[in-house]
Amino acid sequence: MIDFRDQQLLEAVQAGLPVCSRPYEAIGRQIAMPESEVISRLARLRQQGLIKRLGVIVKHKRLGYRANAMVVWNIPDRQVKALAFQISRFDFVTLCYQRPRRLPDWPYNLFCMIHGKDRSAVLQQLETLSDACGLANFERDILFSRRCFKQRGALYSTPTAPVLAYG
Amino acid sequence: MFSLLHKHLLNDYQHDFPLTARPYLAIAETLGVTEEEVMSALNSLSADDFISRIGPIIAPNRIGKSTLVAMAVPRDRLQNVAEIVNSFPEVNHNYEREHRFNLWFVLIASNEDHLQAVIRQIERQTGLNAMPLPLLDEFFIDLGFPLALDHD
Repeated sequence: MIDFRDQQLLEAVQAGLPVCSRPYEAIGRQIAMPESEVISRLARLRQQGLIKRLGVIVKHKRLGYRANAMVVWNIPDRQVKALAFQISRFDFVTLCYQRPRRLPDWPYNLFCMIHGKDRSAVLQQLETLSDACGLANFERDILFSRRCFKQRGALYSTPTAPVLAYG
Repeated sequence: MFSLLHKHLLNDYQHDFPLTARPYLAIAETLGVTEEEVMSALNSLSADDFISRIGPIIAPNRIGKSTLVAMAVPRDRLQNVAEIVNSFPEVNHNYEREHRFNLWFVLIASNEDHLQAVIRQIERQTGLNAMPLPLLDEFFIDLGFPLALDHD
């Protein structure tokens, strides 16, 4: 899987690549790793899927995508996978997860995130999605985000191990 | 508002940032500009806070253990409870959402015991229940998406 050097590398790169001519060399210097090894390890981690993507991380809100809603459905377990795959195909869906229900408080088992320029755009996209995937009859809730109290990059580091990202 | 170069940089390099010794030069060659122009455009997008960084998005639960957690917090206590939650280094995202469950955050820890210990501590310090909703299956995690930057 991943070794100690991978962990060190992920820790070094999590805050972002520097904007300089040889950014991988600069990262390597922090952890005494040759540039070519930085590149080959990152390539392998990306290929293994541990790095889901490597690239420019944009700020949606600043770019005019001011609304985001977490949309949750209660979908029978035997149907959830097929519907989730349909849902995740839409461009404006940025996350699609199955999570446990917590009855009686929380009946929903499928979660997706929809970003849009404003509330009405998000709702319109949701209706498009709902019609296309036949979701109209499932119990559903829409949770628009309000304040962001904390937002931070993927990893944090403990004395023993760096750990990961999205719940 | 954005030049064509800015738009390309924002849209085309969310996924496959070049893994070559001089990635900004590789981008420059693709876009028909100089390496300096690419670097200065990225610096200005950063300075203007349009991008947070150039870096990796790591898959969940491959290193350590994580979960989404929801809490139903009385309105007048929300700011205070959010601050308590934020004080834990294991918390990364923490949002207010419009719902009875109005506080949503992601916890990441080195293992399951560590994760459970943090949840118990948050419950103790806030006097409120914290509802963990860990990932069971992931259908799509990539947070990159195409931006329509023409009409603002």
